[in-house]
Amino acid sequence: MSRPTASTAFLALLRRDFLLAYRRRAELLQPLVFLLVVTSLFPLGVGPSPQLLASIAAGVIWIAALLATVLSLDSLFRSDYEDGTLEQMVLSGQPLAMIALARIVAHWMVAGLPIVLLSPLLALWMNLPQEGTVVLIKSLAIGTPVLSLLGAIGGALTVSLKRGGQLLSLLVFPLYVPILILATSAVSSAISGLPYSGQLGLMLAGMIAALTLAPFATAAALKLSLS
Amino acid sequence: MNPIVLFFHKTGSPPWFYRFGGKLIPWLWMAFVLLTVVGLYLGLFKAPPDYQQGESVRIMYVHVPAAWMSMMIYGLMAMMGFIALVWRIRIMEILMISSAPIGAAFTVIALITGSLWGRPTWGTYWVWDARLTSELVLLFLYFGVIALYNAYDEPRKAARVASLMAIVGAVNLPIIHYSVLWWNTLHQGSSIGAGGSSIHPSMLWPMLIMAIAFKFYYAANLLSRTRLRLLKQDHRKRWVHELLGQEKN
Repeated sequence: MSRPTASTAFLALLRRDFLLAYRRRAELLQPLVFLLVVTSLFPLGVGPSPQLLASIAAGVIWIAALLATVLSLDSLFRSDYEDGTLEQMVLSGQPLAMIALARIVAHWMVAGLPIVLLSPLLALWMNLPQEGTVVLIKSLAIGTPVLSLLGAIGGALTVSLKRGGQLLSLLVFPLYVPILILATSAVSSAISGLPYSGQLGLMLAGMIAALTLAPFATAAALKLSLS
Repeated sequence: MNPIVLFFHKTGSPPWFYRFGGKLIPWLWMAFVLLTVVGLYLGLFKAPPDYQQGESVRIMYVHVPAAWMSMMIYGLMAMMGFIALVWRIRIMEILMISSAPIGAAFTVIALITGSLWGRPTWGTYWVWDARLTSELVLLFLYFGVIALYNAYDEPRKAARVASLMAIVGAVNLPIIHYSVLWWNTLHQGSSIGAGGSSIHPSMLWPMLIMAIAFKFYYAANLLSRTRLRLLKQDHRKRWVHELLGQEKN
């Protein structure tokens, strides 16, 4: 039997991941419900003043998105690690970076994309002006893949630990600082009527850089975790 | 064999490193103490008070070198981690992880002295200034590496995983730094300039001497920590038994 090509393997992995995600729908909903709950706590905590909410909206939604992503990252490689699938993937002879990328893409589709889709609702809650909402959605669309890409490195580094979740957040949050800064500043520029394409452009550059580098770092981390 | 290559092979061997490090440590401590005494004397007594900051400028003679060290050590950790991962040199793994607490300590010193200086100068202990913020993020990166190392039981695997984290952090650090710089300058005008190279020699020299003193401190502390970790990791090996047997006599 000949070995399947890398692209066949990539698509097969994606299909498998989507199927697994579909079978565990309830588990996937948890981070999203978490996102809703955390965001709704802010108006309760800081008061319902519309101006105040509008001024902190982008930051609150983005931080809630970071928290929700990190929450879902712990399971990124864990079940595959525990039942030995990960080992078989490494032994399959397919490039491990590509396997990691397939996993990351699947993670973004089931964890990142729903955040982007939910964000208009969150923006509405937080009284974000319309021009800000559009940019917020754009920034999340560009930014959440970066969260998945960088987070995968952390997930791979902690996968062989029994309780890696807290450690994972400690590792990953500092790496998220640039994306958070750029995204929230893009939104606040948009609200004040300033150009924001620079911030989004830098975020896009960051996404491309993460897309090229993070799968390799994830692959190296997975190999270390399995050693 | 080429003498330089030979030196590296020798240094990679734990017993040789242990002995070589042991011989070096007293000299490094001596250099540190000597330079610190000179540097602090020049900084605290000889250098003039700043015309704007007054006497509080003297905090800078500790603060600036500590901040330099905090960044240099993280860079070194990434390099050591890279060498450890690529060439699988065990000494490098141990040097990498032994650097982490020293670097974190320098970061804390830089933050604390900075906020003590900020109180009389800016009127507040903490502002979300770009430099302060990136130093804080750097501290979190140090914590991440240390926590990751401590989470694993097997020291070699722990050090390799932590090495990878150090490399990932080092790649991100410039991005974090510039994004933070840009974030702050966008929100408020920069309230401080570091002076750059426009410092008068009477103030520049103590600072440079302190910077070199701190480097000796780092080297001495690093070697001591590395030797201890080597002994712990190799406590069942013959060279440790022979060594400890010898020292008992």
